[in-house]
Amino acid sequence: MKRFYIAPPIAALILAVVLFLLSGLLPNGFGSDMAVARAQALNILRLSVFLGVIAAGQTLVIISGFEGIDLSAGSIVTLTAIFTYVTVKGEDEKVLIALLGALLIGAFIGFLNGAGITFLKISPFVMTLGMSGVVTGAIIIANHGNVSGKIAPIMTRLIARPLSPSFPIPNALIIWLVFGVLMWLLLERTTFGKNLFAIGVNRVTAKLSGVNVTGMNLAAYSLAGALAGFGGFLVVGNTGVVMIQLGQPFLFPSIAAVAVGGTLLSGGKGSYWGTMAGAIVLTLITSLLTTMQMPDSVRRMVLGATLLVLISIYGRQQSLRQ
Amino acid sequence: MKRLNWNFLMSRYPAFFPLILLVLSIAINLFLQPNMFALDTLNGNMRVFLPLILVAVGQAIVLLGGGIDISVGGIVAIVNTILATRVGLDGTPEKMWQFVILSLLVGVLAGSINGFFIAYLRLQPIITTYATSFLYGGFALFILPNPGGGIPAKVAELYRSTTPLGLPLAFYVIAILLGFWLYVSSTRYGKFLFAVGGKAEAAYETAVPVTTIQFSTYVISGFMAALAGIAITMLSGSGNAEIGNAITLNSITAVVIGGNAMSGGVGGVAGPIMGAITLNLIQNIISFAHIDTWWETLVKATIIVVALATPGVINLFQRRRS
Repeated sequence: MKRFYIAPPIAALILAVVLFLLSGLLPNGFGSDMAVARAQALNILRLSVFLGVIAAGQTLVIISGFEGIDLSAGSIVTLTAIFTYVTVKGEDEKVLIALLGALLIGAFIGFLNGAGITFLKISPFVMTLGMSGVVTGAIIIANHGNVSGKIAPIMTRLIARPLSPSFPIPNALIIWLVFGVLMWLLLERTTFGKNLFAIGVNRVTAKLSGVNVTGMNLAAYSLAGALAGFGGFLVVGNTGVVMIQLGQPFLFPSIAAVAVGGTLLSGGKGSYWGTMAGAIVLTLITSLLTTMQMPDSVRRMVLGATLLVLISIYGRQQSLRQ
Repeated sequence: MKRLNWNFLMSRYPAFFPLILLVLSIAINLFLQPNMFALDTLNGNMRVFLPLILVAVGQAIVLLGGGIDISVGGIVAIVNTILATRVGLDGTPEKMWQFVILSLLVGVLAGSINGFFIAYLRLQPIITTYATSFLYGGFALFILPNPGGGIPAKVAELYRSTTPLGLPLAFYVIAILLGFWLYVSSTRYGKFLFAVGGKAEAAYETAVPVTTIQFSTYVISGFMAALAGIAITMLSGSGNAEIGNAITLNSITAVVIGGNAMSGGVGGVAGPIMGAITLNLIQNIISFAHIDTWWETLVKATIIVVALATPGVINLFQRRRS
């Protein structure tokens, strides 16, 4: 018997569209005003970009299996955002150097994670959790409570503003689309991607088939760190200000986005399209909850319940009988 | 005769390394705080340590069964807010005990919700308990939006300064936990627990009731979190919906420092108890060593990472020598 099946990324997208249309019926929703509806939709999509990029690294380490997870992503985002802020100092010429630096810092922290996990056999959860503490501690010392800097005008232009007044697609969205295509190429069309799925399914068989498991693991965590660094660069380009808690609110949502997108947290199966859809759904739900007039407590409960419903629909693991 | 080497010790007694860590941290603490073993100081420390010890034991059971519970902080918060708002500063001890029973039931109920979704609906543990942590945390905030409330001073005093036979109350609680674990691990349930955590599919094929065992671990964790909530309320004497925030990730770190494997099936309860005490002692050491406030986070995180890495480093050297 063939069961009715919709791919998780599609299901998440359909859900997002339905939720968005329903939100129009809310007391302070867009009603029948199409211009407002479009503006709202674009804004939610623009906000999803940051969660989506940060969740890209998370997708990689989760696909790599062996309980892969990156709990240091939030602190890497904060660190690289502050680094970008301090380095650029409002000058357009330094943007490229800052971006390169952000990627390298992220990759270095990710590499340390990977080294601890591969060579010292520390489980990813606690290794990256501990690393998150170390990075946060380093940020506190480096900052000493105040940082002076400024983002460059070109960053605001490329990240926070729309393409042109007549064509109001946010630039961030275009960056994300290109990024998504690159991620798809990486996962589906390269040896790296094939090997990543292979070690996610079974490390022993992957090793026996000639995959360099150690190298792959190091590469996956380094790349995840670099992508979190890119996320930090984008986030500060959007907000224009930095604070010590900038990245942490992205951490668990980035894992949730991966799960909602249908990537198995046990590894070996998933896609970045799913994560993108998951990021959109999560951003949509949190944005909707913020616009609704309700106390923080109820908002949290609704978010928890919605997440449970979402993962109940297609986050289920295989039954033991199969 | 088999030489008593490091590898043998580590694999046969997972709690051996945590014991070294514990002794080491006690020694450093004793050096910085010479009156550490005076009854007042000892009791003052142990009553602060107890909540984390209780949560860590629950977390250890869940991890042994191959799961993870990141909703424990939410359960602690619910229990804290229920007690602080429903009993009140002028409540009678009888009323307090009634609500203590109710709190335990709430903990079991919250754990059952986790267990139902994870064991019966087969959702992924991390993401499920992340969702319920919003549910429980939001509910706690709903009960008590602003910190306040309280419990009768007489009851709080009972927890803070009961020292039967000249030993802190916490020692008796730990003894009961250890005794109970010693019994449980020798029963069929204990063997099933290790089997499920080791490899659920194999356990299922050998007729182990996998679903029931997985469900039960979350119920136990909920119950232990409720106990911790009661302890934390009697310690602080007041209510705060955010009181459980830090305890979740700390409990996981404590369990792993305690020598249990994140992937399940390896370890016990004695290690996590030692891990929880060590974690608290590290905090004490840092505050006694008069470390610059800016450096506290980094020093603490580095010590934890080093503690996690040491067994791996020793293993690396062992392998190179042989």
